Amino acid sequence: MFQTFSVAHVGYLLQAALWTLALSGIALVGGSIGGALIALLRVSLYAPLRWIAQVYIYVVQGTPLLVLLFIAYFGTKYLGIDTPPIVAAAAGLTLYASAFLGEIWRGSVQSVGRGQWEGSEALGLNWPQSMRYVIIPQAIRVSIPPTVGFSVQVVKNSALASIVGFIELTRAGQIVAGATFQPLQVYLTVAAIYFVICSALSYASRAFDRRMSATAAS
Amino acid sequence: MSYLDFSGTFLRANLFVDAAIMTIVLSAIATVLGMIVGIVGAAMRLSGNRVLSAISAFYVELIRNTPFLVQIYIVYFGLPAVGVRITAFNAAILSLTFYAGAYITEIVRAGVLTVDKGQLEAARTLGMSPGLTFRHVVLVPALSAIFPALTSQFVLIMLASSVVSVISVPELTGVANDIQGMTFRSLEAFLVVAAIYLALTAAFKGVYAAIDRFIFSYRYVGR
Repeated sequence: MFQTFSVAHVGYLLQAALWTLALSGIALVGGSIGGALIALLRVSLYAPLRWIAQVYIYVVQGTPLLVLLFIAYFGTKYLGIDTPPIVAAAAGLTLYASAFLGEIWRGSVQSVGRGQWEGSEALGLNWPQSMRYVIIPQAIRVSIPPTVGFSVQVVKNSALASIVGFIELTRAGQIVAGATFQPLQVYLTVAAIYFVICSALSYASRAFDRRMSATAAS
Repeated sequence: MSYLDFSGTFLRANLFVDAAIMTIVLSAIATVLGMIVGIVGAAMRLSGNRVLSAISAFYVELIRNTPFLVQIYIVYFGLPAVGVRITAFNAAILSLTFYAGAYITEIVRAGVLTVDKGQLEAARTLGMSPGLTFRHVVLVPALSAIFPALTSQFVLIMLASSVVSVISVPELTGVANDIQGMTFRSLEAFLVVAAIYLALTAAFKGVYAAIDRFIFSYRYVGR
C-alpha cells in the first residue's frame, strides 16, 4: 500500500537538497571559468574573438535550458562517452551559466570608467597588466551582487536536471510523490526547501547591493 | 562515434510545425495573461494598502524563489489531489501565467516609479487634461522605460514554455522528445529543435523591435 508522507520523507528530501546544492556549486564553478573566458573574449581588442563570444551568448540565451541539457546528455553519449546523469546535467548547466556570467562580467568590466584605462596606459601598463591590476579588481566589486543574484537562477534551474534522470531535490520529490500518492504536500515541501535556499541567496544579493551603493555614495 | 543523420528528423518536419505553433500559442496566451496579472500585481504593490501590497510582494517572492518545474508539478499533480481537475494544457497556461506575472509585476512597478512627480506638475501647469497627461506623461514614457526589460521577459516566457513538455503538452520540446523516440536519433532531434527555438527568439526580438519603433517613434525623430 501507499506510504504516508512523513518526517522520514522530509529527511530524504533534505538529503536530496544537498545534491541540488552540489550540482549548483559545480555549475557555478564551471560557469565561472567559462564565464570569465567569455567576458574576456567579449571585451577583447580583436573583433573576431568578440564575435565568437557574442554568438555563444546569443545561442545559449536563445535556447531553452531544458533543450541544452538534452543536447549535453545525448551529445556526450553520441561522442561515445557513457556519462552518468550528474555529468550531463553539470555540463549543460555549465554551458548555460558561462553565457550568463559572461554577460554579467562583461558589464562589470565595462562599468569601470575610461579614465582607469587611460590612467593605466599613462603608467605604462599593457592590456593584460591593466586588466589584472586596475580593471578587474574594481570590476569584481561591481559584479558581486548580480553574480549572487544569478546563483539563485542556477539553483532553481538545476531542477531541470531531474528530467535527465539526476536525483536532486525535484526528482526526489517525484519519487516521494509516487510512493505516498500525496503530490500536493510533497511538492509544496519541495517548493518550501527551494524557497529557503533561494530567498537566502536573494537576500544576500540585495545586502551586497545595498552595501555597494552605500560605499559608492560616500 | 557515428555520423549525424537528420533524415528521420526532417521527415517529420510537419510535427515540428504544429509544435512550433503550440509553443507560440502557449507563449502568446501566457504573455497576455501574465501582463494582466503583472499590471494588477504592480497596482496592488503600489496601492498604499498594506495588505494588498504584502500579498503582491509575497506572490512575487514565492514565484521568483522556486523552480518553474516545481510550480508546474504543484498545479498539475497537486491540484487534482485536492479535487480540482485540470487538463495538461490548462495547467501549462495557469503555471506559465503566474510565473510570467511575478516577473512582469516587478518590471511594471519599476516603470511606474520612473515617472517623476515634477513631470505631472509640469503637465498640469501646461494645462494638459488628466487624460492627455496620463497618455503622454505617464503611460508612454513608463512603457518606453520598461519596454526592453518587458520584451526580454516575453522571450524568456517562450523559452520557459519548453518546461511544460514534462506534463505532455505537445509543444516543441515535447515533440522533439516524441521524435527521438521514433527515430532513435536523439541528438539530431534536439539540435533541430534548438535551431527552431533560436529562430523563434530572433523572430520575437524582431517583432518587438518593430513595435518599439512604432510606439516610441518620437525617439527616432531626426535620426
